[in-house]
Amino acid sequence: MSVRTLTINGQPVSATEEQTILDVAREHGIDIPTLCHFDGLSEHAGCRLCLVEIAGSPKLHAACVTPAAEGIEVTTHSDRVTAYRRQIVELLLAERNHVCSVCVANRNCELQDLAVAMNLHHVRYEPQDPQLALDASHPRFIMDPNRCVLCTRCVRVCDEIEGAHTWDVMARGRRAMIVSDLNQPWGESPSCTGCGKCVRVCPTGALFEKGATTTVRDPDFLTYLKTAREQKLWIR
Amino acid sequence: MSFLDMDDRLLDLAARMDLVYSPLMDVKTFPEHVDITLVEGAVANQDHLRQIATIRERTDILVAFGDCAVTGNVTALRNPLNTAGVVLRRAYGDDEAGSPGRPPRPGGTADVPALLDKVRTIRSCVRVDVYLPGCPPPADVIVDVLSDLIAGKVDGLHNRSRLG
Repeated sequence: MSVRTLTINGQPVSATEEQTILDVAREHGIDIPTLCHFDGLSEHAGCRLCLVEIAGSPKLHAACVTPAAEGIEVTTHSDRVTAYRRQIVELLLAERNHVCSVCVANRNCELQDLAVAMNLHHVRYEPQDPQLALDASHPRFIMDPNRCVLCTRCVRVCDEIEGAHTWDVMARGRRAMIVSDLNQPWGESPSCTGCGKCVRVCPTGALFEKGATTTVRDPDFLTYLKTAREQKLWIR
Repeated sequence: MSFLDMDDRLLDLAARMDLVYSPLMDVKTFPEHVDITLVEGAVANQDHLRQIATIRERTDILVAFGDCAVTGNVTALRNPLNTAGVVLRRAYGDDEAGSPGRPPRPGGTADVPALLDKVRTIRSCVRVDVYLPGCPPPADVIVDVLSDLIAGKVDGLHNRSRLG
């Protein structure tokens, strides 16, 4: 295993071959915001919040999928990337109907936390006000696409961890929707096992338990599950 | 209610300002040369639209006070329906002239202003100087922001409360 050395915000750091810029940054306490990333899942690199600058490269790089290569100089919080991140959160808030005060995930929501961390007190973009129907056909859970940010954590956890692949993404761009099986009501899905992992990883209030008045945040639960499964160690 | 939660601190504030207009005061027209106005709620009807223009014209520092003023929030829940008609029919019945047992429908008479098809944020109508999000904004934050505004500080006021 070869060790790589690079700098993040001028700070010299070392990384293993497999590590991404995001891994190394987190290891050194450098906070790069993310939304689609979830420990224990494959990377989607769709939210673009973890974009960083690499000296000598004109484009921005998603830290979650960019290897921590030898000698690179990474900047995580330039004015340029900070402005883009803010813009991303604003666009997400404008795209669907995010009404924090009546959302089950209020004060427990990663999108809301991002907005707060960025001192985002208003959105510059025109709200899109889409008309999206809530799916309450499942006996235990509800899917509210109004709060969905299309991070695909639910899609990935269902496919990669549960092995059911009930969820997927239909259509593209602003029409993109998370659908169960062949775009049928969740309650009629033949593949859903009702395990609730999708609900646990949802960063917002798009997936929640029926009757719940709040959502559960448990960022380590997949790591726990994978350690238990692969090493037979039930440790937190 | 959050405003009243400032409790005895309201008395300190009262000593440092003159309250010239509020829903609790018997003043019909918005006064001229107001230093600070806290605007609660969004712009939902024709009357609000006129009011907000007057308030902006006569106010130095306009504060969007609470989530409804900042984002539309609950008042804007009807926006995906795209039209006021759906909401009006639900509340007042199908008949334009009014349905039996229901109040007269707004818009037709001068008494009740017509609803806008979409609820608008304060920001989409006029310039906003200070955003004070929160549903509601916490009383402590209201005290802080008002104290700073009265003392003439306008910078760094936005970040003290959160959406929701």
